[in-house]
Amino acid sequence: MTASRLATGGSAIDRSRPIRFSFDGTIVQGFAGDTIASALLAGDVAVVGRSFKYHRPRGIWGAGVEEPNALVDIGGSRATPNTRATTEPARDGLVAKSVNATPSALADRNAFLDRFARFIPAAFYYKTFMWPDWHRFEPRIRAMAGLGTVDADWTSPGMADQINHHCDVLVVGAGPAGLAAARLAAGAGLTVTLVDDQQSPGGSLGYRAGEIDGKPAAVWVKETIAELAAGGHLILPSTTALGIYDHNLVGLNQRHFDGRPDTLWRVRPRQIVLATGAIERPLPFANNDLPGIMSADAAFAYLRRHAVLVGRRIIVATNNDSAYEVAGALAEASAEVRLVDIRRNGTPAAPANARLIKGRSLASASGKLRVDGVTLDDGTRFDADCVLVSGGWTPTIHLFGQAKGKLAWSDARAAFLPGDPVDGIAVIGAAAGAVSLSEVFAGAGPAFAPLGQTKAPLPRSTGPKATGGILPAWPIPGSKGRIWIDYQNDVTVKDVELAARENFVSVEHLKRYTTLGMATDQGKTSNLPGLALMAGITGRTVPEVGTTTYRPPFTPVPLASFAGARVGELMAPVRRLPLENVHRANGAVFQEYGGWLRPAHYGGYADAERSIADEALRARQSVALFDGSTLGKIEVIGPQAAAFVDFLYYNTMSTLKPGRCRYGFMLSENGVVFDDGVLVRLGEHRFVVSCSSSHVAAVHARLEEWRQDRFGRGAVYIHNATSDMATLTVSGPNSRKLLKALGLGLSLGDADLPHMAIAHGSYAGDEVRITRVSFTGDRSYEISIRADRAEPLWAHLRKAGQAFDAVAIGLEALMILRAEKGFIVIGKDTDGTTLPHDLGVDGPRVKRQTEFVGRRSLFTEEASRDNRMQLVGLAVPQGEAPLPTGAHGIKRIDGRLRSQGFVTSSYQSPTLGRPVALGLIERGATRHGETIDIQHLGKISKATITAPCAFDPAGERLHA
Amino acid sequence: MQLFPCPFCGPRDETEFHYGGDAGNVRPDGIDVPTDRWAGYLYLRGNPKGTAREIWVHMICGEFFVMERDTVTHKVLSSAALDGEHAA
Ligand SMILES: [Zn+2]
Repeated sequence: MTASRLATGGSAIDRSRPIRFSFDGTIVQGFAGDTIASALLAGDVAVVGRSFKYHRPRGIWGAGVEEPNALVDIGGSRATPNTRATTEPARDGLVAKSVNATPSALADRNAFLDRFARFIPAAFYYKTFMWPDWHRFEPRIRAMAGLGTVDADWTSPGMADQINHHCDVLVVGAGPAGLAAARLAAGAGLTVTLVDDQQSPGGSLGYRAGEIDGKPAAVWVKETIAELAAGGHLILPSTTALGIYDHNLVGLNQRHFDGRPDTLWRVRPRQIVLATGAIERPLPFANNDLPGIMSADAAFAYLRRHAVLVGRRIIVATNNDSAYEVAGALAEASAEVRLVDIRRNGTPAAPANARLIKGRSLASASGKLRVDGVTLDDGTRFDADCVLVSGGWTPTIHLFGQAKGKLAWSDARAAFLPGDPVDGIAVIGAAAGAVSLSEVFAGAGPAFAPLGQTKAPLPRSTGPKATGGILPAWPIPGSKGRIWIDYQNDVTVKDVELAARENFVSVEHLKRYTTLGMATDQGKTSNLPGLALMAGITGRTVPEVGTTTYRPPFTPVPLASFAGARVGELMAPVRRLPLENVHRANGAVFQEYGGWLRPAHYGGYADAERSIADEALRARQSVALFDGSTLGKIEVIGPQAAAFVDFLYYNTMSTLKPGRCRYGFMLSENGVVFDDGVLVRLGEHRFVVSCSSSHVAAVHARLEEWRQDRFGRGAVYIHNATSDMATLTVSGPNSRKLLKALGLGLSLGDADLPHMAIAHGSYAGDEVRITRVSFTGDRSYEISIRADRAEPLWAHLRKAGQAFDAVAIGLEALMILRAEKGFIVIGKDTDGTTLPHDLGVDGPRVKRQTEFVGRRSLFTEEASRDNRMQLVGLAVPQGEAPLPTGAHGIKRIDGRLRSQGFVTSSYQSPTLGRPVALGLIERGATRHGETIDIQHLGKISKATITAPCAFDPAGERLHA
Repeated sequence: MQLFPCPFCGPRDETEFHYGGDAGNVRPDGIDVPTDRWAGYLYLRGNPKGTAREIWVHMICGEFFVMERDTVTHKVLSSAALDGEHAA
């Protein structure tokens, strides 16, 4: 029996509420208020995991977020891998498993690996990448190395909340510094948000001695929190400031422990106060990774908060003053304590009942699955069941570093401290190198100075005064035995020496080569000893070696927090048709097209392909109904509207008469076809840009850009009315007859409403706009009506259409119809190099005298090449199947196959009874009639180059 | 996350904005523009270290504006609406 729970005490635990949970299949008892780590310690469980590489036994090191060793996989509905046992509350029924251990941490069957450690030093993996063959090692290494296991079946209990928050002062850390700053800022009339990663505030005041304003520290903590709460200030326990981002945005991750996912906060404070404390460092000696060797400060915290005495015969090894109070407290709790201080002179007085050994350090520890003794540098050996170490304190300045704050080395503290101040950020307390409470409080006063001054007096420390004496005890090059630097990633002194020998001496190289500081703890206990060792090896000072870059997150954060509501359907929400439910009732099968959810077909047959073919065939035979509501309807209005559309379009548009439409291209400035569509001229100064469905936002942005940056705000006004109106298309030989049946109150005669013209009518009291344009090649009418009045019109069309065997068609049938006609879809039948003349539209390029977007690019050497890829139709030999879209036209040059273009669209045409295809083929426009080889997945077939239009080339059906 | 000041809406998260290119990249009109000049307009960018004058658009209100910012410190130095009166 070594570690145990004391009969009384423990400020964090509630002895009236016992709990039971399982660790590696064994039941562990504890109390409400225990962490997994404190309960394991109270139950004397020494081995809690296995190391990443060598499968060395690992015990609990710390009591907080810096924990390198005690990682557990939590199972069940709140499954989380690699959870720090030191920060995870123990709860009834919890199931925890040690990491990288099979079947258990105590009896790990891969423990033999440690005997081969010298064959797998730092950079072992990198070297096997080069020689002999990484693939021979990879499967076994992947199985044996690593930490926790992800439960692939786990699903999130829900979406994580994300909260945007503003305040005057954000205080990170509710230890003495943070509490003092928060209280003073609140007193100065500022709004304060106080966050702390522990469940209860107080930080070191929860266990170290302190008396503030004449009261016990615990009372002062309670009063301060009560005062902040009463003032309406936000206090967030169990919340970690994970990162500082541009312009001082602070990310917080808040835990709940009630089954809810964590909450992500985005805080924009006017002033950030970092009171993040400091983390205790290990000491270097052989086998310093054995279970039972832990942070002295952590042992103190467990003693006071959880009434856990970590051992009976304890060695406390230190190089600084902070461990003296720990040794005294443990001795008072009736442990046998030897305090070994590296320093010969200048030490504090020996604590009562503890034996002080000065001027000595630990050379090694012994033990198999837990420490059983130590040997000092003079050869003296002591038995021990627990070794507590304090190698000094590393200020927690990660957030300051993330904010690009420069660090300054302090010899007095043997640590990096915050250097030149960063706008909007103050670092106070132990994070700034303060030791005594008086120093801490003195720093809290000016922490929010840019926002105002406090009139209240600073808190006064009235208890004993802590001192910060320290003699550096960095790892020494050439030391005997295996001395661990990074417990989690198994990096030893020898590994750092190896890196130096192989010239990976820069701190960033050292990190990648040895993986020092790259584990889930991000080297919170190991980085500084590691780079100090590198300094020693290379004859440099610690600041000359420098630190690696600080990056968020400070501790691991669930991806669910960052995802928030952007999961599943909400990841990329689709746009929906006003008539979606009507189409669903009609049997429509929906698919996403360019961000819109649209009917692919109406499910007339069980087989989708047959449904689509049937729709395409019947559309040609009589009349088709199609929901074209997604088509762009961007209005361009104003005195310069005609000049504006002339500039935006490749085609001259200003010659268009009111009431008429014209098809045209929009180009990018590099000449590439960006969009195509019909422009409607409603009046002298009013146009409607009917762009492709998936391009509406981009076209709108482009119109705005040229309006604001070339024409001026007074010249034109642009309004995107796409979703104002639904557009129902009626197409086919009987389309006019069906329209007549609706009684729209206008003449449908071809003289009054010819192809490429518009007219206005009304339906059920609402104005409708009829646009006679065609994407099928048949006589077609697009009826646009207020979106909220479209449903009766669609129903009327369906009902009246029965007399004509009308068919509702989805987008797939429309794609067949337009391909039969050789009508292109931008981005499918064109790519990022296609110029308008590649599509056979050369007129404006040759004839236009006025400026337009992309014009100059049509006259470059590249644009004038005679071997450009041009739009063609492709016909297959009789009886063959459609060409695969994307298949390449090939030719042989000097015995080598070379692409000469590719198939862009390909369908079986039910009307023609044969496949139709479009493609972009080199010099294609001049090669009609030529047969070429088409290659797909190694197979070669034939196709004959034709004009793009395979159906009704004379265009007679437009008027039929 | 940077805060950009839209001249119309005030400070907003950078995710609400799109970059619109270097300010002062004047478009040369006509088909006689020398190839180099046109290529420069299309592709050549200053990419300065330090102060940059840039066009940005606030996607929420749709307004383009000129913003000066430091590409090293990410400090925003100024933002101003386009004068919007180029039209004759
Ligand atoms: Zn705006």
